[in-house]
Amino acid sequence: MPGFGLGFGIIVTALSLVVLIPLAALVLKAAGAGPEEIWALATSPRVLSALRISFGLALLAAAVNVVFGLIIAWVLVRYDFLGRRIIDAAVDLPFALPTAVAGIALAALYAPNGWIGALLAPLGVKVGYTPAGILMALIFIGLPFVVRTVQPVLAEMEAELEEAAALLGASRWKTITGVILPPVLPAVLTGFTLAFARAVGEYGSVIFIAGNIPMVSEIAPLLIVIRLEQFDYAGAAVIGVVMLLLSFILILGLNLLQAALRRRLGHV
Amino acid sequence: MSEASIRACFHRTLPAVALLASLFAVSGARAQTDLLNVSYDPTRELYREINAAFIAEWNAANPKKIRGIRQSHGGSGSQARAVIDGLNADVVTLALAGDIDAIAGRAGKLPKDWQARLPHNASPYTSTIVFLVRKGNPKGVTDWGDLVKPGVQVITPNPKTSGGARWNYLAAWAWAERAFNRDEARVRDYIAALLRNVPVLDTGARGATTTFAQRGIGDVFLSWENEAHLALAEFGAGRLEIVYPQLSILAEPPVAVIDGNVDAKGTRAEAEAYLRFLYTPKGQAIIARHHYRPREPQHADPKDVAKFPLLTLVTIDEAFSGWGKAQPVHFGDGGTFDQLYKPGR
Repeated sequence: MPGFGLGFGIIVTALSLVVLIPLAALVLKAAGAGPEEIWALATSPRVLSALRISFGLALLAAAVNVVFGLIIAWVLVRYDFLGRRIIDAAVDLPFALPTAVAGIALAALYAPNGWIGALLAPLGVKVGYTPAGILMALIFIGLPFVVRTVQPVLAEMEAELEEAAALLGASRWKTITGVILPPVLPAVLTGFTLAFARAVGEYGSVIFIAGNIPMVSEIAPLLIVIRLEQFDYAGAAVIGVVMLLLSFILILGLNLLQAALRRRLGHV
Repeated sequence: MSEASIRACFHRTLPAVALLASLFAVSGARAQTDLLNVSYDPTRELYREINAAFIAEWNAANPKKIRGIRQSHGGSGSQARAVIDGLNADVVTLALAGDIDAIAGRAGKLPKDWQARLPHNASPYTSTIVFLVRKGNPKGVTDWGDLVKPGVQVITPNPKTSGGARWNYLAAWAWAERAFNRDEARVRDYIAALLRNVPVLDTGARGATTTFAQRGIGDVFLSWENEAHLALAEFGAGRLEIVYPQLSILAEPPVAVIDGNVDAKGTRAEAEAYLRFLYTPKGQAIIARHHYRPREPQHADPKDVAKFPLLTLVTIDEAFSGWGKAQPVHFGDGGTFDQLYKPGR
């Protein structure tokens, strides 16, 4: 059969073992609760609030990472300076660091008596143990995704294009928006999607800095852990499935947007 | 990799594999055994010393030696869940009877009446909940009633995820019941006001200790008595002090042999002796040294016993009719904690 050869078989088997079977088990577990029970739990104020916090802050963190990731990638590609390679390597550290270590380090920095927290406290700004603290943790873990997806695209772009734009009389701003950004936009979107996906499910680093106050700074993954502690496997699975569905819809939307962008820009 | 190079690689590693296999064979022939004790967060230091003392005593008297006792620590509830899901524990030493009840009820790996198999409700040591405050007690906190004053910040972990926090919650409840003559509406008001004063809900006792002692958050930390002493030793007596309330709860952290596991591994004799060792004079002395209240203080160093002031301690059975009732009423889905935790401040 055309299209159903060895390759297709390998993809289906690998995908089943690694992704589909565990996800099916999750859905099956969630189905252990009745439909009314599932609906009541999924729409309870505390779950809705936790989902809002998790998804809202993950989107915000990914957006912040797009701005700073783009700048960092740009500097790493276009400028040569002392210690560039070290900084280039340091960008990947959030990947390598155990998330609990990151969370404890951030909590120590941003607590009211920490290095940064102590500077902010007189201004009345609280970061540690507030939703702002969650945002800081999510930005930290998501940064490398944007830098690493954008960097190779920027590296391939020729500086001559910018020079040509300048010679043809384009302003600096026009050069950025008209010449530099369009080709990197699909990569930026990929980085955004990855950073968002990573942040939405993040648990380890967040619980140490969040304060974990219900309806204020309680993330959805923590609600899942709380359900598990009560031996409520079905309830935990229900919240898990809701997160999965929301993530899937958002990521699918982002991927479609990215495909549309690539078509319009005629770039690979 | 070519076939020849694979074969060469295989030949090089073969002796090492054979050596490894013979090592396992030798250790099997000497009839040694390992135990796994699955415990809760603040018992690390206690069981490190208990294990060393017990192994020395057992190995001196028995031909079948114990090589080591492995320890696993974590939140009491999640440790129970790990055993239910198949963690091969020989014994569990958890924060509250409700968690071992869950293992008996859900996994059936030990009988439901496990608590009657060892003296003192199967709890060789007790502890209680005390207040840890900043040096000089700047907010003047002396008893449970002071915790609801405006401007007093109270640190406690989340009772949904921490065994210690459940004792905190029930101690506050028990005090309020007495203070307000069992007027349930006023008890609920008190607990709701107390929860409003909690700025951070950590998931476990150790995390909450860090939040209070290292991050400097909060004025009062509701703590296990032993954890409070550890915090004093760790973070300096010059920065923190312990306040004993008039009344608190008698926390009985129980221990049990997991029958299903020890019978499969053939370690029943060792596991039972290990738990009985906790009740011996030597065991009780070690317990007191680690700031747990021994059941038989006459065996402990009087200096250690002097650290435990006498205060009124209510038991979970007399105040709440046992864990079987307290757990669902207060900490179950929609229980009093869920009702009284007023969201969105």
